[in-house]
This record gives sequence, C-alpha cells and structure tokens, in this order.
Amino acid sequence: MIFAGHDITVTLGRRAILHGAAFEARAGQLTAIVGPNGSGKSTLLRALCGEVPFTGYVTVNGQDTARLKGWELAALRAVLPQAATLAFPFTVIEVIRLGLTAGTSAGRDRLTLRALDTVGLAGYAGRFYQELSGGEQQRVQLARVLTQVWEPVAQGMPRWLLLDEPVSSLDIGHQLLVMRLLRDYARRGGGVIAVMHDLNLTAMFADAVRMVHDGRIIAAGAPAEVLTDAILSRAYGCALRVNRAPAGQATWLLPHMASA
Amino acid sequence: MTLATFDRSAGAVPQDRVAAARRLSLWLALLLACVMAASLAIGAAGTNLWSALLSLARGEALSVVDRTILWDIRLPRTLMGALVGAALAVSGAVMQGLFRNPLADPGIVGVSAGAGLGAIAAIVLGASLLPAAVMAALGAYLVPLAAFAGGWLSTIVLYRVSTRGGRTSVATMLLAGIALGALAGAVSGLLVYAADDQQLRDLTFWGLGSLAGATWAKLLAAAPIIALALVGAPLLARGLNALALGEAAAGHLGIAVERVKTLAILAVAGATGAAVAVSGGIGFIGIVVPHLLRLASGPDHRALLPNAALLGASLLLGADLVSRTVISPAELPIGIVTAILGAPVFLWILLRRRMVVDL
Repeated sequence: MIFAGHDITVTLGRRAILHGAAFEARAGQLTAIVGPNGSGKSTLLRALCGEVPFTGYVTVNGQDTARLKGWELAALRAVLPQAATLAFPFTVIEVIRLGLTAGTSAGRDRLTLRALDTVGLAGYAGRFYQELSGGEQQRVQLARVLTQVWEPVAQGMPRWLLLDEPVSSLDIGHQLLVMRLLRDYARRGGGVIAVMHDLNLTAMFADAVRMVHDGRIIAAGAPAEVLTDAILSRAYGCALRVNRAPAGQATWLLPHMASA
Repeated sequence: MTLATFDRSAGAVPQDRVAAARRLSLWLALLLACVMAASLAIGAAGTNLWSALLSLARGEALSVVDRTILWDIRLPRTLMGALVGAALAVSGAVMQGLFRNPLADPGIVGVSAGAGLGAIAAIVLGASLLPAAVMAALGAYLVPLAAFAGGWLSTIVLYRVSTRGGRTSVATMLLAGIALGALAGAVSGLLVYAADDQQLRDLTFWGLGSLAGATWAKLLAAAPIIALALVGAPLLARGLNALALGEAAAGHLGIAVERVKTLAILAVAGATGAAVAVSGGIGFIGIVVPHLLRLASGPDHRALLPNAALLGASLLLGADLVSRTVISPAELPIGIVTAILGAPVFLWILLRRRMVVDL
C-alpha cells in the first residue's frame, strides 16, 4: 500500500513552489522528505495532506483523496502541524482527546494517557497546554495525532502519519524518543511521512528519503542512495561529505568540508 | 521499545471538566429560575407576585392593574431578557470559537452595529423601498430579519478581513471591527437624518439598549430566530472545539470546516441580529459570560454553549433588575449596567492573556 502524489504542482501567488513533483511512500516505512530551506519540502507535505491548493492528484492506499470525505480521510491519516498555539485554556489531556472525538470528555482515557506516556509526558495530563514549553507542546500535538490513528493497521489497511518537522523543537533525547516511536509505528505496518531538517536523524531512522530541491524531487531511495556527497552538495549548495560512524552502519554527515 | 510497553495504568486521571460543566448546568438552571421569579416579582409598581399567584390558585380573577403589570409588562420583559441574554452570550461564545480568541464579541467587533444598521434601514427605508405586499407579509419580522442580514454581512466581512490562510489575527480583527462599527454607525447616523418624526421615536431607544420596550409582539418576532440559533449552536460544538487547533488541523480531524464556519456565522448573525432588533445594542454579555464559564469549567463548547445560554439569561435579567430598581421609578439604561460590569473584564482578559491571544 502506498501514499502517492502524482504530478503535484503548487503555485502560491505568482511563484511556482512545486513543479510536477512525483512522490511515493510505502506503508511499513518511515519516509523522510529533506531539502534546503525554501526547496518546497513543507509545501509538498501540505499538498499531500490537502492544506494548499494544487494540481495533480494524491492517493492513499490506492484511493484518490479528492473523492474521500473529510472523516474518511481522518480515519486513514493524521497530520502534525509545525507549530500550534491554542487560544483557549485546554488541558493537555483535553487537547489529546480532541484527536478522538473533537470533544474533551473522559471516556477512552486509557488510550489518551498511553499516548501521553508514549511521547514522554506521563503526568502532564492535567497541565494547561498554554503553559508548556514549545517542545512539550509539540509532543502533546504528536500524542493527539497518534491517538487519531492509534492502530497502525485498521481493517487490513495501513494508516498514515504525516508530520511536518516532528522533532524541530525537541532536545536530542526527545528527538531520539520520537524518531524511535515513528520507526516503531512503521514497523507495525503503518506509514510515516516526515519532513526532516536534521540529516543525521534522517540517516539513522528513515527507511526511504526524498530529496527536494527547487520544487522538484531530485533523488529518491534508501538513505545511503540519496544522502551522497554529490546529491547533498548539489541540493544544499555547499561541499558536504558523507561519512560512516565508527561503530554503526548508518550514514552520518560532516559539514566541516564547507569551511575548508 | 514498542508502544505496548508503555501500557501502565497511569495514576490519577485528571478530573473530567465536561462532566463537571454538566453538573454546573443544573445550578445555572436553578439560578435562572430564581432570577426570572425575581424579575416577575420586583418592579416599579407595587404589585405583589405571590399574592397574585395565591389569588390565581384560589381561582379568583386578578385585578386589571395586576393583570396588566404581570402579563403585559413584567412577563414579556422577563422572557425577552432571558432570550436576549442567552442570545448575546451564545453568540459571543460561538464567535470566540470561530475566531479562535476570547476577545471576539459581537458588540466589540462591529457585528451589533451592523445589525443595528440593518434594523434602522428597515425602519427608515423599508416603507419606501419595499413593495407594500412584502412589508405586509413580513410584518413584525421585518426589523429582526433586517438586523439579522446586517449582522450576517458584517460578520462575513470581518472574517474575510481578519483571517488569512486559516489563521485569524486578533489585532486585525479588533481594528477591522472598529472600522466596521464606525462605518455602520455613520450610515446609521445618515439614516436618522432622513427619518421622519414617527421613525425617530422608533429609533431613539437603539442607542441606549433597553428591555423597556418589551412587548409580546416583539418577543414573538425575535423568539423564532433566537431559538433556532440557540438550538443549532450546540451542533457546532465539536467543530468549534476542533477549530481551536486551527482550520487546517480541524480539517485533518475530519471536521467539515467550511460548513462549521458558515453555520457559526449564521448563528451569530441570527442571535445577535434578533437581540439587537428588540433590545438595541447591549454590550459585554457575550464576553463576560463565556470567559467566566471557561474559568469555571473549561473551554469545551459542548458544555460551554448551553451553560452560556443559561448564565447569559440570568446575567442580563440581573442587570435589568439593577437598572430598573436603583433609581426607581426611573430606569437606568441597561447598557450602562452591562458595560460597568463587562468593560473591566474585557481589559482584564486583555492584560492577563496578551501573550496567549497573540497580540
């Protein structure tokens, strides 16, 4: 089962942000969308989840998203925004309950509390969302999104997490926690599509990488195939050299070449 | 590490504020019953409600004076106060949910002014613009409907101006509200110049805002519109809850965002328009009531909207009691009472929550 965007073109104002991008992600994998600032990687994700007007079409598990009703789509995929402020004094658990029913009453609280535990915020249920730090708010939103599609596979169909920079405001410990959580979701059959800023975390956790540059996907494949000296240097416009961590197999990056 | 390993039954589940809010509803209903009884019992004339009820119970007829005071003056005034208070509080709560901030209030952001303009235009221009048959068919509904149309238009303009890409700017909303209110006020002023003496008398009470003009005819004209908005509003609760996360996130939760927005704007315009048409511009109920309730029992609209109706009705009837007893037998315009109560609360929210509401 795949999540795919076909010939996606997005024009904001007069500027074309994406030019006929073709995107594909497989269930059971963590697919990372990477690229320099302004390359169109966030716009690609926003087109895939229907937040920006685009030409082309998007399919989830073989179904055209334009033909699915909002609630049908909501049962198939959940979307984590980059940052979210709330105007009203919701508690943490009430925000997560919005992921279940768009209501805040208790009921399936086993699930919401588990989700909270999963993102490392056990004991935060009664705190006010507005009083948390940016990183904590991001994890509360992740717990809400997880709650929406808790089972990675439902009725034989994979479900999808679409995440816009899910670890951008987290410290390194919580970055690892969240990336493991996402990889685990994919291992259990779900699909994870994440816009990633950190190339080392991408190399460590992604099963597939899509490199976006100037509104086009210029490389797609396994991390080792996409994160190469040539592709990285071209996309980011500076000399980058890929290296290997002494003990492991994962690719890691050395930005030091740029200043040489 | 799998998700399953995290399955420990976490200790104390925080108390369910929605359940608490439902219990609060009972107390608010009781409060409303008491205030309504007081509103029927107290007034400039010395009619005693209890002796009147006792004599009714004994099967005796009421005196003409008592009957007039209770049936033609106090009862419609009480019912209209409750209805208008509920309408103002609920339209405030719905509007705050729609605009995603606690400072949106029909009175502050120009919707009441737009509704007032609609009503004034209907009174001054209705007879000359509309065919007599239409005027006759609409009858007493003409003014509430025109007020509804005015409120609806101003809400739509306000939303279009202050919302870009699914995010509402509080600063833009408040400033646009000032401009809209000023424009509606100016055009209303022009219309007043064009009005004849009879029309002027009809218009005078608008500036003040008062329940003193309550009659059964006005009550019956406004009641269906307000009732529709009050009954319809709770259906929007889930959508308004999700909208707190932003339009895009609400859509991703499966909410039909455009439909929720359209219905919310109609509900606000209906409730505000009908309330303004029968009682003029009464401010701040729509901001004080939802704010107090969010402090007491949380922001979930499924409980907030019904509770706002109950508390709004009680608060406006209470303010009306004050306005007609402090300088009895004369009356203080009720808008003065609600403003003295409400304006400080507005400032308090502004100061305390400046960061949160993104100003």
